[in-house]
Amino acid sequence: MVRDSILHKVRTAIGRSVGQAPAPVPEVYFHQPTMTMDERIARFKGALEVLAGRVTVVASGSAARDMLASLIDGKTSVASNTPFLRECGIADLPGVRSGIVDRAELRDVCATAEFGITGADYALADTGTLVMIASAENPRLVSLLPPVHIAVMPCSRLLTSLDELLTTLPDPARLTSSMVLITGPSRTADIEQILVRGVHGPREIHVVLVDS
Amino acid sequence: MSLRVSLFVTCIVDQLFPKVGLAMADVLERTGCKVDFPEGQTCCGQPAFNSGYRDEARSVACHFLDVFQDCEYIVVPSGSCTSMVSHHIPEIFEPGDPRQKQAQTLAPRIYEFSRFLTEVLNVDDVGARFEHRVTYHDSCHALRELKIKDAPRRLLAKVRGLDLHEMDAAEECCGFGGTFSVKFAGVSGGMARTKIESIERTGADTVVSIDSSCLMQLQGALSRAGSPIRTMHLAEVLASS
Amino acid sequence: MLNVLPNKIGETLGNAELQSAIYTATGRLVSKRKEAIAPLDDYQELRTRANALKKHTLENLDYYLEQAEAHITARGGKVIYARDANDVADFILSVAKERGAKIVVKSKSMTTEEIDLNERLEHHQLEAVETDLGEWILQLAHEKPYHIVAPALHKTRYDVADIFTKRLGVERETVVEKQTLIARGRLREKFLAADIGISGANFVVADSGAVCIVENEGNARLSTSVPKVHIAIAGIEKLIPRAQDLGVFLKLLARSATGQALSVYTSFLSGPRRVDAGEIDGPDEFYLVLLDNGRTRLLADVEKRESLYCIRCGACLNHCPVFRKIGGHSYPWVYSGPIGAIITPQFAGIQHDPWLPFASSLCGACAEVCPVKIDIPHVLLELRREVVEAKGREGTNRWEKLAFRAYAWVMRRPRLYELAGLAARAVAPDPEYGSSGAGWIRKLPGLLNHGPAAAWVSQRDLPPPAPRTFRQMWRDRQGNAHNGPG
Repeated sequence: MVRDSILHKVRTAIGRSVGQAPAPVPEVYFHQPTMTMDERIARFKGALEVLAGRVTVVASGSAARDMLASLIDGKTSVASNTPFLRECGIADLPGVRSGIVDRAELRDVCATAEFGITGADYALADTGTLVMIASAENPRLVSLLPPVHIAVMPCSRLLTSLDELLTTLPDPARLTSSMVLITGPSRTADIEQILVRGVHGPREIHVVLVDS
Repeated sequence: MSLRVSLFVTCIVDQLFPKVGLAMADVLERTGCKVDFPEGQTCCGQPAFNSGYRDEARSVACHFLDVFQDCEYIVVPSGSCTSMVSHHIPEIFEPGDPRQKQAQTLAPRIYEFSRFLTEVLNVDDVGARFEHRVTYHDSCHALRELKIKDAPRRLLAKVRGLDLHEMDAAEECCGFGGTFSVKFAGVSGGMARTKIESIERTGADTVVSIDSSCLMQLQGALSRAGSPIRTMHLAEVLASS
Repeated sequence: MLNVLPNKIGETLGNAELQSAIYTATGRLVSKRKEAIAPLDDYQELRTRANALKKHTLENLDYYLEQAEAHITARGGKVIYARDANDVADFILSVAKERGAKIVVKSKSMTTEEIDLNERLEHHQLEAVETDLGEWILQLAHEKPYHIVAPALHKTRYDVADIFTKRLGVERETVVEKQTLIARGRLREKFLAADIGISGANFVVADSGAVCIVENEGNARLSTSVPKVHIAIAGIEKLIPRAQDLGVFLKLLARSATGQALSVYTSFLSGPRRVDAGEIDGPDEFYLVLLDNGRTRLLADVEKRESLYCIRCGACLNHCPVFRKIGGHSYPWVYSGPIGAIITPQFAGIQHDPWLPFASSLCGACAEVCPVKIDIPHVLLELRREVVEAKGREGTNRWEKLAFRAYAWVMRRPRLYELAGLAARAVAPDPEYGSSGAGWIRKLPGLLNHGPAAAWVSQRDLPPPAPRTFRQMWRDRQGNAHNGPG
């Protein structure tokens, strides 16, 4: 069996035997910054705006909904179906398809929608990153296929850094088949090192932080 | 204080750039050291070592150890030769070989020249005068193996009339690399020319380094290009008045 | 005595435009990395930790491979071990056949380049589409990548316009943003039609049974989320112990590679979609192919094992003054630059390109920037020793060996060394005084114009031996000192 022969080669190469316990693993290393919530918001905004992302802070779920209403007015949108988005009333806005459970239909809607609206499970302040955990309510393609991605989330989910995320969530695989960290719009500099946004993923990203 | 300092001038200085060795001796004596020159010295073994000829390198290293084993301080006008002795010679002997012990005992006693002045003698002003616009080339072994970056600059800062302008490519390799310079002559020449463009952008008339092999590479390329820019070893600058 | 050089090096050196493109592009990446590293007050600590984690993982690799496998299997995925390119291709083709698959989309993976995967798949009428923009352009042009991170570094927008017109039949378009839109449109069709998505993996996380994929474009996300089958291919050295260790590695990877704090998308994928949990999209099937292809041999070599720590950031390429002159295509294999120079001989055997470990000035810039602290110059020196030993056994380096034997013999005998110096002075030509007045030798007379001396003089002037050696001048100086002033 190929598996056994490769594992055997590995063990021979490093001088270990079958079932041998591993040597003690080096300690986990984290270096988390400390930030107040205001600092987190400011850092997040600064970090994402440098990457041409847009960040707006609003005071309530309904303010978020109003903001989105004008943004997506007259256009088609697909939204994920998270409790927070439902509370804000975003899923009910005109032009928004939400709660799709059929995979083929979801794909087609995402492929044609102009906006993809999601929540975010967490955000990371120091890098301007959104953390998207795939689930029944939060499909992968909503934040990936449409050319514009809008994420609406409560400030309480804004962490300082990746280190804080991994401290909070040491075992993401337990929760989901897909956790994606999104840091700005899709980009490439493959041709003459010239930066172009929106190669395959969204070319624009808007984050609405609800600070209530 | 009057330290006993033994010179390891390096084969390249001995044969091609002897004034560098004399300048170094002058500066050391000026600072109060008693300088001697162990006559049995030849080479550190680096050419053979870098070319993969370990046995030959080892045999030259043994000779080096014999010549210098009783010296208290060995001072060298070269980063690469110093790091050959302090970092690599101990490694070319097997653990348990008394030669390895000998090499390990000697290693802390060998110093590149600018490090010796600033860290052992605690001197940065040697009373030099050199009224030129100068730029400094960080030779690779000195910079990365010996971590020498500030010492030469501190010394240059105290030279009267010297106007130091850093080049943008100060830390880029000049392209010498020992036998690399002839085995891959085209690449080596290209690297030298890139370096020279960076030097020219500083407007300096003199390039200074602590390694004669780098200076040989750069001066060779400068001369070929018909450039009036000259190269000088740090020791020669410090010996100027 | 001098090695025979591949033609490609000479070609690249002679192409001024290409030289400029390589130097500028790598220079930009050098500056970006520097800026990105600056805010990290624990940068050196991170490198030390990353090195220690890689060392530990490889020293216990069997444990971590089995742990990853157990987790993946528990979540409905499957782990396939592959000895070589054939095993990988055979596996993918069998999956494709069973499902009647026609189109495969691929995200950027050096491991798949290593095994020429696309060619093998295409040979069996499977359309394998590269989806990373640079890689897709090269696929259309039938070329290999130029750089680990910036594969199309050597292509101008006009080159791209030519390629698109020729291979896609579109009207000539030279504006880069529009070229990118063409790519987006064409490749979007492929993503939506693809039966299988193939990715690499930057890290395989043992305690999670997950692959971590780092990218900027979104093509890896699409390749691993739209098609019903996801096959991830990773070298066995990609293992890291815990999800929490990503804190160290992710902080180093993007900063070292492109100067970004994090790349745009970092995906952490652990198996097929969780149907029980109601996940709607994502693959139904997930496979992780763990590839040996010679890695177990490198693993067995304790002295050079650190070569496997590489996280493929490309920083060593960007900082290497040799790479910056000769470019990626001058290297014999898909891995170029300093990392390529140390792993190619180890994978392929030193007899294939024995010149490669010598194509370095040992400046150490690579080791200084390597996020996992691989001591590349040290490995190069080991390889040089091996080449010399091998050549010695074959008898192919007789002259060079003789020269170094003679060198060692002379250097052990100070008086002989002095005599040799005098002899050199006797035959050295007079310098031809150039305009610089430095008095260096510009040309060598016929008899001397050979070997290393000729090579030197082909590029720069040679210093004449000093009229008197240091030791002669020293003796005079000490003599004068003893005699006292004037």
